[in-house]
Amino acid sequence: MSLHIDPSGMNAYTRRLFLGKSLAFASAAATVPSFIQASALGMPMPGLGLSSIPGVDEGRILVIVQFGGGNDGLNTVVPIGHDDYYRVRPTIGIAKQNTLDLGRGRDVALHPAMEGIKSLYDEGLCTVVQGTGYPNPNRSHFQSMDVWHTADTSGTGAGWIGRYLDSECCGFGKGESGQAERETPSQPAIAIGRTAPLAMEGGKIKPVAFESADLFRWTGSEIHGSLEKPYEELTMRGSSEESAEHPMADFLMKTALDAQVSSDLIRKAVSQRPMTEFPGTDLGRQLQMVSSMIRAGLGTRVYYVSMGGFDTHAEQGNVNGSHANLLRQFGDALRAFYTDLKRQENDGRVLTMCFSEFGRRVGQNASGGTDHGTAAPMFLFGPMVKQGVIGDHPSLRDLDNGDLKYKIDFRSVYAGILEDWLSADSNEILRARYRPLSVLAKG
Amino acid sequence: MSQGRIRDVDFGYDQARHLLLRAGFGGTPDQIRVLADWGAEKAVDYILNYEDVPDPDRPLPDRFDRDIIRPVSADERRMYANARSRGDEDALAQLRLRQQQAERNDRRQMREIQKWWLARMISTPRPFQEKMTLFWHGHFATSFRTIENSYHMFMQNQLFRTHAAGNFGDLLFAIIRDPAMLAYLDNNDSRKGQPNENLARELMELFSLGLGNYSERDIKEGARALTGYSFRDDSFEFNAGNHDTGRKTILGVSGNLDGDGFVKAILSQRATSVYICRKFYNFFATEIDITARERDLPKEPARMIADVDRAMRRANFEVKPALRELFLSEHFYSDAVVREQIKSPVGLIVGTVRSMNTPVRDLSVLLDALDLMGQNIFFPPSVKGWDGGRTWINTSTLYVRQNILAYLLTGKMPQGYDALAASESYDPMPLLAQLDKAIPGSGREPAAVTKYLLRFALGQTSGLADETLRSFLAEHQNVVNTETVTGLLLLISAMPEYQLC
Repeated sequence: MSLHIDPSGMNAYTRRLFLGKSLAFASAAATVPSFIQASALGMPMPGLGLSSIPGVDEGRILVIVQFGGGNDGLNTVVPIGHDDYYRVRPTIGIAKQNTLDLGRGRDVALHPAMEGIKSLYDEGLCTVVQGTGYPNPNRSHFQSMDVWHTADTSGTGAGWIGRYLDSECCGFGKGESGQAERETPSQPAIAIGRTAPLAMEGGKIKPVAFESADLFRWTGSEIHGSLEKPYEELTMRGSSEESAEHPMADFLMKTALDAQVSSDLIRKAVSQRPMTEFPGTDLGRQLQMVSSMIRAGLGTRVYYVSMGGFDTHAEQGNVNGSHANLLRQFGDALRAFYTDLKRQENDGRVLTMCFSEFGRRVGQNASGGTDHGTAAPMFLFGPMVKQGVIGDHPSLRDLDNGDLKYKIDFRSVYAGILEDWLSADSNEILRARYRPLSVLAKG
Repeated sequence: MSQGRIRDVDFGYDQARHLLLRAGFGGTPDQIRVLADWGAEKAVDYILNYEDVPDPDRPLPDRFDRDIIRPVSADERRMYANARSRGDEDALAQLRLRQQQAERNDRRQMREIQKWWLARMISTPRPFQEKMTLFWHGHFATSFRTIENSYHMFMQNQLFRTHAAGNFGDLLFAIIRDPAMLAYLDNNDSRKGQPNENLARELMELFSLGLGNYSERDIKEGARALTGYSFRDDSFEFNAGNHDTGRKTILGVSGNLDGDGFVKAILSQRATSVYICRKFYNFFATEIDITARERDLPKEPARMIADVDRAMRRANFEVKPALRELFLSEHFYSDAVVREQIKSPVGLIVGTVRSMNTPVRDLSVLLDALDLMGQNIFFPPSVKGWDGGRTWINTSTLYVRQNILAYLLTGKMPQGYDALAASESYDPMPLLAQLDKAIPGSGREPAAVTKYLLRFALGQTSGLADETLRSFLAEHQNVVNTETVTGLLLLISAMPEYQLC
């Protein structure tokens, strides 16, 4: 007995090239019935439908951009009016003359790599919310990210977006129609990425996540047409009494069904050419997909994209360097996104919110980088936002163990978005009362 | 009360199949049969004591080139400074070019190392050793993306292999000297007066104690203990000049502690072995909340973990006795554990090749699929490693999973590759040999074949699935041959249940 398997071809099994007429599977023409689409329409479950009328409240969309790793807020929105900043950041501090002005003689300005953001700001499409954070900050990436995703300082429970979608579907919130119950369930949120973020995990609505639309279907039925029908039988069983006793099997059954139903719709949406050129960066590609899905009229209310690499413990650079590159990618992708949305005439429907799990320590470290910190700015984009800078910069003198003290609880920002943009009951969704921050322009 | 042991009468085909899947990467029908005949104890000991099995491809340190990435030498630095002061743009450009070339070569070597490890997991006669190496890679997660040194990644992988089922304490002492880890968690520049807290924090939060079992102060003091722990070229270097020799108090232990003192303090904490045993349970048995309070864990897993923990403490942090306890328990073979784990992407690919004996096919294509399924080896997403469990599965990874299995079984390239690439064909018929041996002729009997394949591939036969497979065969005149059996395997591998093990 041996547990050895020799990959070089010495095992007992015969090997031959996958060629020639013995290959019924390889060459037979695939017959592809319209089974998938027909089922999608007849399926009594949350699928991805088309929204009814673009432009009305029902079509309001929230896009979340996550910066993973802890973005250095102090070198993003630079406190140019504070000498202490330059004192504790002798080599990485961004000199005032290099920054991008935010107008009105403000004490803060943007990092020079953020030209994209600056142009959105000048057009009135950008709000900076300063010093966001939460009490007793956690400096672990994962814990703090969980806090932001659950809107709970214990970092446990369902995601805040998941709870919002649950409330829209199952009616514990007031809902956009002002009624407790909605007849049609809300659409699942879509995350671009391998995994759906915790923020989108609710109790009832499963988020959809995918990295690239090309990979969003089974290739087996191209091998032989006769596989199509049994494949659908086997994968579209959904949850059953039999599977309900086994949570893992049940979870897989449901996911397989979801995948089949959403596959066609999404692939069609994403295959359109964008109306503007997006940068070839990862974030650019993700926002291009979101823009295409919005244009195709998917009924999805919340999209989630993310960008990593912000954990700049060493050599983060100054006006150039690794942090500058990240900020440039951010700005260029966001600018392309809103240009595309405007050409589609959908810009007015899309509010974008950007956050990171924490900011970084005020003083630089010995490696020309910064360690995990606390409060940092958030960004909001879209023609509906109140242009400008909300809140004051946290003090650079009155620190908590070398870290900034937050000024605005991030859950107030969530509450503002939930109440004013999504017309939802923030108390119910956030499971506590936070004063909704007014982030939308009046009128 | 502790968990009962599995009795030999209860250890048959299904149990041996389960053991092979969890302690390794699954087995062929013949391998399952042999282990089942041996009984639980002999089977488990055979798998655990892999040192007794010769390793035909023992990796040597010169397996890969260690000299691709080298710190800039004094000479080079002088040349660079000279060129800069002279404003010699050509020389500067040439130096930059050389650096870029080295980085390119190193990325290429990283790809080779990834292929090498994947091939090794597929072909090894010591599956448990590689499974443990994979476990430690996820536990002490370090990514090439950050450290950009392929040879250091290889060295770390070898470290995990050497200590795979050895002593956890030894591994902890070794990891604070591992160049890849020191680079990944920024300890190389950590020095007295300006300690970098990254390694100290993760050493406790993720590698040993778990959240809630230490204070922020322990992190600050631990970071001081680790100052001066750095590396030069490929070796650990204790830089005494950078080390903080002052008095520290970590986890209640006071003194002039260095990194070893810090690790000893960690090993003296009760929470350490509990945390490691929870991670074992999570990896080998079923998903649990690693950081849950004791009383919040479900009763059966809690009891099992207590047994594993007891065995580990008794053996002074030895891994084998702990996992032997788990693999020989009744609980491990109970409904709460069997088919209640989602296969990791590595487990899915390696397991399918090993158990169905498909061709290995193009390792590059398999690596790309691993990445899309969320488990790019040597590139874990963060220091936390892979969350695993349900997070492996969403609507998109499910398609990648199904499609890469179709590729293994038929050679049909997933989207985005040259579809005309010739590939080796697969003959699944030997899988049916066991069936034919038991009841001669039944290897051609549609009803027997579908049930047998379902049991082999899924560990269970479902009536509904069986019916579908039978109609598929009927559509092909009930002929059982290479093509139709490949078709059956394509369908079975696309079933949601195939994702379970």
